[in-house]
Amino acid sequence: MNVRAQMSMVFHLDKCLGCHTCTVACKNIWTDRKGAEYMWWNNVETKPGTGYPTKWEDQDIYKGGWERTKSGKIKLKGAGKVKGLLNIFHNPNLPVIDDYYEPFTYKYRDLIESPQSDEQPTARPISLITGKPIDIKMGPNWDDDLSGTPDFARKDVNLENLTPAEQEAMFQLEKMAFYYLPRICNHCINPACVASCPSGAIYKRGEDGVVLIDQSVCRGWRMCITACPYKKAYYNWNTGKSEKCLLCYPRIESGQAPACMHTCVGRIRYLGTLLYDADKIEEVASVEDKDLISSQMDIYLDPNDPEVIKSARANGIAESTIKAAQNSPVYKFVKEWKVALPLHAEFRTLPNLFYVPPLLPVMASVTQNNKSDGSELNPISKHWSDEWLYDTSIEEIFGTIKQARFPIKYMANLFSMGDTELMEEKLKKLMAIRIYRRYKTVGDISKEKSDRALAEVNLTEEDAEGLYYLTSLAKFEDRFVIPPAHREQAIEMMESTADVKGSVGMGFREKPVRGL
Amino acid sequence: MNLLLFGALPYMALALFIAGTIYRYRTGFKYSSLSSQLLETDRLFSASLAFHIGIITIFLGHLVGFLAPALFIPIGGPSLVILETIGIIFGVLAVIGMVMLLYRRVTNDRVRRVTNKMDIIIEILLITQFIIGLFIAISMHWGSQWYLSNMVPYLHSIFLFQPDISGISEMKPLVQIHVVLAFLIIGLIPFTRLVHFLVAPFHYILRPFQVVRWYWNPKTIEDANQQWKNLKKPTNN
Repeated sequence: MNVRAQMSMVFHLDKCLGCHTCTVACKNIWTDRKGAEYMWWNNVETKPGTGYPTKWEDQDIYKGGWERTKSGKIKLKGAGKVKGLLNIFHNPNLPVIDDYYEPFTYKYRDLIESPQSDEQPTARPISLITGKPIDIKMGPNWDDDLSGTPDFARKDVNLENLTPAEQEAMFQLEKMAFYYLPRICNHCINPACVASCPSGAIYKRGEDGVVLIDQSVCRGWRMCITACPYKKAYYNWNTGKSEKCLLCYPRIESGQAPACMHTCVGRIRYLGTLLYDADKIEEVASVEDKDLISSQMDIYLDPNDPEVIKSARANGIAESTIKAAQNSPVYKFVKEWKVALPLHAEFRTLPNLFYVPPLLPVMASVTQNNKSDGSELNPISKHWSDEWLYDTSIEEIFGTIKQARFPIKYMANLFSMGDTELMEEKLKKLMAIRIYRRYKTVGDISKEKSDRALAEVNLTEEDAEGLYYLTSLAKFEDRFVIPPAHREQAIEMMESTADVKGSVGMGFREKPVRGL
Repeated sequence: MNLLLFGALPYMALALFIAGTIYRYRTGFKYSSLSSQLLETDRLFSASLAFHIGIITIFLGHLVGFLAPALFIPIGGPSLVILETIGIIFGVLAVIGMVMLLYRRVTNDRVRRVTNKMDIIIEILLITQFIIGLFIAISMHWGSQWYLSNMVPYLHSIFLFQPDISGISEMKPLVQIHVVLAFLIIGLIPFTRLVHFLVAPFHYILRPFQVVRWYWNPKTIEDANQQWKNLKKPTNN
């Protein structure tokens, strides 16, 4: 057992309100620079929708990620040693700037400085690349809230294997629903970007598994952009180097949550350490499709298991990191309660960002069995009868999930590689928690019913309380369990601190300047 | 004059090349292919491919002749015609590719934004050099033979630090210009985007797919007897 620590994340999609605060925080810190304006290391997509860059999930177009060969091995789909070197002069699978969007600003100065005239002055949009006026065609969240439009939602790649009737049902005006999908780099266990880099500039940090691009080694061969199936590696057209989400490692190292997570208004984001067995990476990444998600879940180790702790110590993992792994909210969501799933596991990169799938838009529409007009409801306590709102008779306890406004198949295409049973299991769990909490707080559901609901999804009352707490009440330090980076030890052991007295902490780094 | 052009210029160019590349490599950030494919991809396809395949083949032809002239000496008769034809085809390919690249660079708004003076200078120099090379290949037949007998000894003498310019002084002006231009380009390489060929990623073939970097070895850190001296110092401090 070769135990390694990995910073990993859970995004609770039921809580995401699509405010893009994460995106703006990230943009302000990292990508508000020439050549990086078009990059959104964190972005929030509306689902169903085509996303950013357009249709990024369609690997027939972008050729990202790994694919399993007949012999049971895996190979990079659009890059790799032979393909990467052969395509080095022109990479046929590289997205161009128009697949993202042409970055733009407005000529605000015209509003103040235009000469007196009969017309109102206008601020015309200009391209941030050429500086010339442009007709804006696309933006990073151009399809925000546009569920149902022919240009975006209906072109969602995940609708592929849905019948036309199922698709049409999703887009009927009165049944229309959407949810948000915030995305950052997954800091994968089997990163395709690292494997594809001809220069070897991309690496995974041993200590915490953050995937970074060494800017002084990157030569702009741009294979990572093709290889990353999530399209989270970007080419800076100004400096000629690729860049990607760095999980705000300077913040993590000083114990702060990454900017996107720190600012999250809906508090949907959780950050914690997972321990995994690095000996098993290749084996897990190349199992058959049907076992892929369960194998990935198995690669993560139980941080309370004495054997695991022993091997972790032997591998030099600090006590504080093991402790953080034991308290990790990610471990609870992913392994203990098993309500979170990776996004598009079929890309075989073993992503470390897990999503608690959204239940709310999946809810069936309200049914009403009696003839009540609602007047008997107490307006303050909202104490309604079973029949009035959700049909909570035990036969129908999870029935609403099956009559979902989103076909389970659609959700499964995103989070469980098309496995509808697995998807249903997760949604049922989330529903069971709701039933349990309703029994606790509203009281119109009997304890018996709530117990049966929990039993059916293999959750104990303790689990339910824990899930409820972490979902709804969790404080900052519950959501972000960040182990100390111990870089101070590293520095002290590698050099005499007296040598570098008076110099800046991170040493003198070069300014990014475009080469000749 | 000949001494300056054929005796001194090569050394100035080579010195500039070596010092310049080392200097630029040490300020490592700036080494990049500076690809503009993200901004424009369709026109780049044929242009970049034609140019790169052309120039690499021609460069290798010159290089092999220089390093191992014995390989080419026995070639004669029909094989020589084939060899020359191949050379001319790839030469033409390089010219066409380079002209297309230059045209794209100048006419495409986006690409023009990421163009600097050196890009234009080196591209014009390369086009000139290719065209002169092609003229030589067509007008002075069997270049792959007289290159070995007339030029390679001169180049060898340069690299052996015993410059012998008698041979080159007798050559036609076209050949002399070709040589001078070649050394000029070599000297300019560190100051242009051409440096990216020096970092061609052949090591990719041998390296394992996944790269993990440890910033410090936790096992060593926890060993109290470890001395500072035995540990590698970070290079950025």
